[in-house]
Amino acid sequence: MKLTLNIWRQKGPNDAGRIVKYEMPNVDEHMSFLEMLDVLNEDLIHKGEEPVTFEHDCREGICGCCGFMINGLPHGPQRGTTVCQLHMRQFHDGEELWLEPFRAKAFPVLKDLMVDRSAFDRIIAAGGYVSVNTGCAVDGNAIPIEKQSAEMAMDAAACIGCGACVASCPNASASLFTSAKIAHLGLLPQGQAERDRRAVRMVAQLMEEGFGYCTNTGECEALCPKGVKLENIARMNRDYLKAAILYREENASAGGA
Amino acid sequence: MSTIAVGGLNRTAALYQSVIGKKVIMAVTGFILSGFVLGHMIGNLQVFAGPEKLNAYGAFLQSLGGALWAARIVLLASVGLHITMAVQLTMLKLEARPQPYVKKTALVSTYAARTMIWSGPIVGAFLVYHLLHFTTGQAHPDFKPGDVYANVITGFRNPAVSLFYMVANILLAFHLYHGVWSMFQSLGVAHPRYTPLLKRVAQTFGIVVGLGNVAMPMAVLTGILSL
Amino acid sequence: MAINLDAKIPSGPIEQKWNKAKFDYKLVNPANKRKYSVIVVGTGLAGGAAAATLGELGYNVKAFCFQDSPRRAHSIAAQGGINAAKNYQNDGDSVFRLFYDTVKGGDFRAREANVYRLAEISVSIIDQCVAQGVPFAREYGGVLANRSFGGAQVSRTFYARGQTGQQLLLGCYQALERQIDAGRVKMYARHEMLDVIVIDGRARGIVTRNLVTGAIDVHIADAVALATGGYGNVFYLSTNAKGSNATAIWRAYKKGAAFANPCFTQIHPTCIPVSGEYQSKLTLMSESLRNDGRIWVPKKQGDTRASGQIPEDERDYYLERMYPSFGNLSPRDIASRAAKRVCDEGRGVGPGGLGVYLDFSDAIGRLGKKTIEERYGNLFEIYERITGEDPYSVPMRIYPAVHYTMGGLWVDYNLESTVPGLFVLGEANFSDHGANRLGASALMQGLADGYFVAPYTIGNYLASIKPGGVDEDHPECRLAKEEAEARIQTLLGIKGKKTVDEFHRALGKIMWDKCGMARNAAGLEEALPQIQALREEFWQNVTVPGSGAEVNQSLEKATRLADFLELGELMVRDARVREESCGGHFREEYQTEEGEALRDDEKFCHGAVWEYQGSEQAPVRHMEPLIFEHVHLTQRSYK
Repeated sequence: MKLTLNIWRQKGPNDAGRIVKYEMPNVDEHMSFLEMLDVLNEDLIHKGEEPVTFEHDCREGICGCCGFMINGLPHGPQRGTTVCQLHMRQFHDGEELWLEPFRAKAFPVLKDLMVDRSAFDRIIAAGGYVSVNTGCAVDGNAIPIEKQSAEMAMDAAACIGCGACVASCPNASASLFTSAKIAHLGLLPQGQAERDRRAVRMVAQLMEEGFGYCTNTGECEALCPKGVKLENIARMNRDYLKAAILYREENASAGGA
Repeated sequence: MSTIAVGGLNRTAALYQSVIGKKVIMAVTGFILSGFVLGHMIGNLQVFAGPEKLNAYGAFLQSLGGALWAARIVLLASVGLHITMAVQLTMLKLEARPQPYVKKTALVSTYAARTMIWSGPIVGAFLVYHLLHFTTGQAHPDFKPGDVYANVITGFRNPAVSLFYMVANILLAFHLYHGVWSMFQSLGVAHPRYTPLLKRVAQTFGIVVGLGNVAMPMAVLTGILSL
Repeated sequence: MAINLDAKIPSGPIEQKWNKAKFDYKLVNPANKRKYSVIVVGTGLAGGAAAATLGELGYNVKAFCFQDSPRRAHSIAAQGGINAAKNYQNDGDSVFRLFYDTVKGGDFRAREANVYRLAEISVSIIDQCVAQGVPFAREYGGVLANRSFGGAQVSRTFYARGQTGQQLLLGCYQALERQIDAGRVKMYARHEMLDVIVIDGRARGIVTRNLVTGAIDVHIADAVALATGGYGNVFYLSTNAKGSNATAIWRAYKKGAAFANPCFTQIHPTCIPVSGEYQSKLTLMSESLRNDGRIWVPKKQGDTRASGQIPEDERDYYLERMYPSFGNLSPRDIASRAAKRVCDEGRGVGPGGLGVYLDFSDAIGRLGKKTIEERYGNLFEIYERITGEDPYSVPMRIYPAVHYTMGGLWVDYNLESTVPGLFVLGEANFSDHGANRLGASALMQGLADGYFVAPYTIGNYLASIKPGGVDEDHPECRLAKEEAEARIQTLLGIKGKKTVDEFHRALGKIMWDKCGMARNAAGLEEALPQIQALREEFWQNVTVPGSGAEVNQSLEKATRLADFLELGELMVRDARVREESCGGHFREEYQTEEGEALRDDEKFCHGAVWEYQGSEQAPVRHMEPLIFEHVHLTQRSYK
């Protein structure tokens, strides 16, 4: 099939970007979307032009590296799919596609379709963990966990940190990402000890990074390639509310982080 | 890009300053205001029961004195907070995505959800006009203090005024449609079994309030209600 | 320099070796730990776990990864599960059985003491991960669930749907982020290691390139740990991530760390077949699918009927036929070779006849679609996305693909390479899997090395040295930095006619054809000059657009490929000398009448350890003899 690509090209973080048009005369429907871009890039290199930079690694939908907008949708038109898993059979001959990086203040563009998502790491660092040093664990079966809780925790933990939720949100909010971790750990007995602290610190970091707020539009849930649920955001709000009302500040003399 | 150590930030529990806190204030004030909107509509629908009923209802409200003012203060404060939060959150939204997309497709979000920021201010402006029109009378050419029924009929006889009322109330219905469900989510209430139900309740709420409020100017324009 | 291959295995009975070692290790006083710094390269299960744990212990840790976040290391893609000798199923498992299965699965080419320790530690790994909040699958009673995996007759594999690697890595990543927040670990994401710095015979630091700005920097520490994964991408097409590379271990090899068993590569039997020339990677379908899926091909050659049109009695369930006691759960090397054999016979299915069916219709009939969906839903979805076919209604088509490399840098019992102070963890070392790795054992090894072994052994090393003493201006540091810069300038300056990927595909084809699933002397003889010629052409005719001072993905690929072009040669050399078949290394000349691998324990019961001799000379092959005291060397039989 024949495709026309309009791709956002931006030399570096401080340069202005623009859309550049490329014609792809011969696209195989069994190619993945990234393989289609590989073909374009090989072509550009042979012509002495700079290839299009896009992030990718595992190419099997789990590392969370890839992701950009295709026709205004993060990861493109197929639901529950990352762009590396998206195949060209989802498109038709003669289609014109628009490729843009995820856009948010907290996700500055580094080059072309590649953005900096380190804000996500800092949100996890703020409290997205169970503080248990190596070696001090009890037997794995010592604490039974209700199957349903384990399954719900797994549903939330399936987040790959790709940033599609932020990209799709009209407010560039990272609520789905943050809440997925709060829910994952909050649903398990191991996560209870730090539940309040986690909610307070992660939400504070979320704001610090400059993400927007949640207006419950549901775009993130619909576009999440791993089906992470909006319900997690309600759970985060609940945990945060309780914590914000009852939480006692850590004071230095008692020892902080 | 090195990820720097992030300790030492002000990770404190400042409810009011947090985006979730702001949304909670939106939700709580929204809850109060939607309760008012429903009660207000039910009261006003007495216009269909004739001038005596409606004027008696108006007189009753006036007779409440201190209680009426208390309610008014709560409502005004709610409106004030609701708007303040909306403005602050909108500023945040604009900051959060400084460079817009060349192309952006909305997949599931409702028109109502995406236009809260437009339906809100228009309803707000309408509210001011509405108070000047029927409560204090400055915006009503034939205002007769105490004669609520007459004020309604003479007010709505002006097609432009009626049209504005109808448009504003349809927007209000949209605003409620998203808002009434959304406030539960903001307050942390969500469950796969009950959330769809809540959404239907919110939808019904919006439609009922919208229809009820539009019915009044419509009835006057079509002559069903007259002096 | 004489190479020291003392494995430093503690004396005493095998069950007590690790305890004895832990007691004998020297300790660093808690107050002194912060004076020591450790560099950890790679943030997968091994590196992430080591960095987090060393941070918890109080050392100053600098962690590096080339991805944009430590959470994206390729451990994340492991699907099926992690083994542990918990015996929660009461089905006869024990530390000794896991040890035995692993040694046997590895075709008796691994060090007993290391494998025993691995089996012993496996138990603590599960506890640690549960405590971190890893959402393992559970039974209704709230206890942990298990599934079976290839090469074992007990149910000892713990799993989190088909995303076990992801969940274990996230647990590890969260522990790491906690240390980053606490200031104990400084994280350098989007940094690629380009060289090791060796000063006075000890590893003292690394040279890195910042993949955003292009800056080349020197980082100094008291010890360096490499946990940079395997080198399967030498084949171009593999199940590895596109960025997975061998640069770190290859640079270490060239700085004096010996490389062991480079030819031991694992071909995974269940991957989605190649669909076209543009193919950029191969996707694994978890081995766990073989629990419920049945593998078959038509009995007739060149049968082009659709799978549904082939009646039951015209199907050959060849694994069940050839290996009745293990059947579809035969070990990976055996299942892969069997698939190759039936395809070579002209009975393969799908485009090009390079595929076999993995059929779930019986299991769906027996257990219902819902159960199958619960067990493998996400895998079925991946398959459907890639092929456009629905595996609930038509059988999957699968074919073997390069998956894991058992070979790697030689390490002793302490995971220390032949360069003092240079530790190697996880897939990057050669230690535990012999000539073939059993399913669900890679995650186990990565976490064992990272959480429970390296923190002890690195501490022991640090206790024997004084902290600090060199800085970034040391002549060795400047030299290493200049060399790295010069290499990049050379690559950018060639401005030839062929792209990096074109060279990489060519290398992959040589490796797959001559040093892949089946090897022979003639092919290996041919491969050597072919790789050398390709390498020469690469340095004259590659084109790398852009500059070194920006994000430049072509340049990243070029520096990685330059090292693969050298590593490939060493693999071929190793495969040529090892005149026996064992595990993943199958020499066609050495097979039983039934076509099974024929080991030669007389001549090859050893690890082949290669020492670099400079670019002008061929490397030297040393041997580390393998002594089996607890496991009887037998011909592996899964019949």
